[in-house]
Amino acid sequence: MSDYLLFAILPYVALALFFVVSITRYRKNAFVFSSLSSQFLENKQHFWSTVPFHYGLIGVLIIHLIGLLIPDTLLWWNSVPARLVVLELTGLALALIGIVGLGMAMMRRLNVRTVAVVTTTSDWVILVMTMVQMLLGVLVAVNHGWGSSWFASSASPYLWSIFSLDPNIAYVAAMPLLVKLHIINAWLIIAYFPFTRLLHVLVAPFPYLWRKRQVVLWNDNRKTKRIP
Amino acid sequence: MDVRSQISMTFHLDKCIGCHTCSVACKNIWTDRKGTEYMWWNNVETKPGTGFPSRWEDQDKYQGGWELDKGKLRLRSTGRKRVVANIFHNPNMPTMDDYYEPWTYEYSTLFDAPEGHDQPTARPISMVTGDYIDVKAGPNFDDDLGGSRVYAENDVNLEGLPEETRQQMFEIQRLAFFYVPRMCNHCANPACVASCPSGALYKRGEDGIVLLNQERCRGWRSCVPACPYKKVYFNWSTGKSEKCILCYPRVETQQPPACHHSCVGRIRFLGNVLYDADKIEGLASLPDDRLAEAQRDLILDPNDPEVIAGAKKNGIADSVITSAQESPTYRFVKEWKMGLPLHAEFRTLPMLFYVPPLSPVLSAAHHGPTSLESDELFHEIEDARVPLQFMASLFGAGNTEPVRYALRKQYAVRMWRRYKTVGDVDEETAMRALREADCNPDEAEDIYRLTSLANHQKRFVIPPAQREMAIEMMSGDTHEHKGSTGFGFRQDTIRV
Repeated sequence: MSDYLLFAILPYVALALFFVVSITRYRKNAFVFSSLSSQFLENKQHFWSTVPFHYGLIGVLIIHLIGLLIPDTLLWWNSVPARLVVLELTGLALALIGIVGLGMAMMRRLNVRTVAVVTTTSDWVILVMTMVQMLLGVLVAVNHGWGSSWFASSASPYLWSIFSLDPNIAYVAAMPLLVKLHIINAWLIIAYFPFTRLLHVLVAPFPYLWRKRQVVLWNDNRKTKRIP
Repeated sequence: MDVRSQISMTFHLDKCIGCHTCSVACKNIWTDRKGTEYMWWNNVETKPGTGFPSRWEDQDKYQGGWELDKGKLRLRSTGRKRVVANIFHNPNMPTMDDYYEPWTYEYSTLFDAPEGHDQPTARPISMVTGDYIDVKAGPNFDDDLGGSRVYAENDVNLEGLPEETRQQMFEIQRLAFFYVPRMCNHCANPACVASCPSGALYKRGEDGIVLLNQERCRGWRSCVPACPYKKVYFNWSTGKSEKCILCYPRVETQQPPACHHSCVGRIRFLGNVLYDADKIEGLASLPDDRLAEAQRDLILDPNDPEVIAGAKKNGIADSVITSAQESPTYRFVKEWKMGLPLHAEFRTLPMLFYVPPLSPVLSAAHHGPTSLESDELFHEIEDARVPLQFMASLFGAGNTEPVRYALRKQYAVRMWRRYKTVGDVDEETAMRALREADCNPDEAEDIYRLTSLANHQKRFVIPPAQREMAIEMMSGDTHEHKGSTGFGFRQDTIRV
C-alpha cells in the first residue's frame, strides 16, 4: 500500500503541483522567475561551486533522459561491456563533480556573509534535497552496479507507465531501498520545484541563440498608427 | 532611411560645478530601496579620476561594449557564442568590491549609550549584512581629488599619454580637474540590450529610452559587464538588474528627468533628435578615430523635407517632428558640432553628448591670465593644463580634432562676448577668433544664449508621448489605464 502511495499517487501529486504552480506563477507573478544569482556578492568561490555543479548535474540528467527516451539504444550501447563501463564511469564522474560543486555552493552560502544574507529557507531546503538526491544516486551506482542498464529496462517503463496514466509499480516495488529513496526524493523535488529558485530552469534563455541582436519595442502598432 | 525619434541629452561640462544634486535627486526617487543602495544611476565623476565603479573605462578588465572582429561588430563580453559557456558564471561580472558595500551608521548608540566620559560614536554598519564594516570606498571617494595618487593617477585615460604630459598634469599647484556627470546614455546600439539572454532589456521605439523589464529579467547578468559605461546595476536583493529609466513617467508627461530638472548649474539640455536607424551598424563599425564625428551622421536634419516625409512614413507624430526642430541637443551636436559622445570607441553610439569643458583647460595655462598678444589665438587650448589628448581620450575616441574644434568654438564665443560686454577684446580679434573657429556672430549669439540664458522651456524640449493614442489602439479604453503611467511593481519584489 505504501508503495502504491509513494510510486503511484505521489508522482501525480508532484507533477500536478509542478505544472499548475509553475504556470500560475508565471502568469500571475513572473517576477519570481529568476536565477537569483549571487555572483555580484562573491565571485571566486562562485566559480568553483556553480560551474562544476551545473555541468555535473546537467550531464547526469542528460544520461537519465537518454535512458528514459531511448532505452533500447542505451541497452544496445551497454551490450558491449567496455562501453557499459565507459558510460557508468562517465555518469559517476559527472555526479561526483556535481556533488563537489554543490558542496562548495553550500559552504559558500554558509560562510560568505553577504551570500548568507540573500539565502532563503527554500534555498536551503532545495540545496539539501538536491544533495541527498545526488548522494543517493552515487550510492545506488556504487552498490547496485550497471544502473544505466536496469534504468533503461525497469525505471524507464515505470516512468512511461506514469506518463501514460497507467501506473505500474511492479517495476519499482522490487527495487532495493536506495533506489526507492532516490525515486521518492525525485518526486519530492519535482513537487517542490515551482516554489523555489529552480524555476529559472524553465526559463533558460534558448531563444537568445537565434533572436535578433537588438530589441526595439513600440508601444503601439506602427503600421496602423494614426497620425495627428 | 528608417527615421526614428530619440530623446537625447547634452551636458555642458563647462558649467558643471560638481555638486552631485543630480545624483541625489535620482537616488531619492529611484534607488533608495533595498538592494539598490549602492546604485547611482546618475553619478558625477572627477576627471582625472578612477570613477564609479572603480576604473570602469578599463575594458580589458570589464570587457564592455563592442569590438570589431574582421570588420564585424561583436560584443566584447558574453555574446551569443559564449553565452552557453558563461551562463553559470560570467567571467567579466564586476562584484560589489568594484563599487562599494553600502553602509549606514548605527545612530541608535547616540541615544542609547550609557553615560560616560567619551562621546558616543555611530559606527558604520553594512546595509547588506548589518555587520560593522570598515568603509574603504564610496561612490565619489575620488571627488575633487584631481591630483590624488590613489585616484587621479589611476585614471584609465592617462594610459595613452606620454610620461612628460602625465608629469605635467600632476605638477603641484598647477593641477586641474573637471567633472563628468554620467548616466545611462540610452545608446542607439546598446550592448546591454544585445547581451540580454532573456530579452528583458529593450529600446523603446518611440523615444529610444532603454528599459529593463523586471518581469522578464532572470538574473543571467550578461548586461552588467556588457554595458561599457557600467550603467546597468545588479540588485543584490532581488537578483535582477536595474538601470536608469530616464524618468520615463516624467518624460511621458513632458517633464524633464529628475537629474535634469534639479541641475543647479543648468548644464543639462534634453530634446529629441531624429536619426536614421539604417545607419547604426555602419557607423558603429568605423575606425576608432572617426567614431566621435561619425555619430553626428546618425542624426538627421529635422527641417529636411525628405527626413520629415520619412518620419511621417514611420508614424512619427507631427508634434514629435516639431519638437525635434527645437531640440537643444540637435543644435549643440549637429549644428554647432560642440557636443561629443563619451568614449565613442565603445561603439554603442551613446545618445548623451558632452560639450567638453573649457574653464579648467584654460585657467592657469601659463601661470597668468589669458593672453591675447600671441598671433596664435588658440594657443591656450594647445598647451592647456588638461592636455587635449586627455580630453580626446574621453570625448574624441582618441582623436583630438573634434575636441579641438569644440573647444575653439567655445573660446571664440567667449572672446566675442568679451568684446561685446567687457571690452578688453577688440572687434577685429573677436571676429578673427570666430572665423578661425568656424563660427560667425549670429551663431555665437545663439550659442551664448542657449548656453547661458536658456530657460526651462528652451533647455528641455520634450515631445508629447502620445501614449493615450497608443492605449486607444491597443486596448481601446483609455480609462482602464488612467493613473497607471509610472514605474512600479504589481507584486512585491520578494525572493521566492
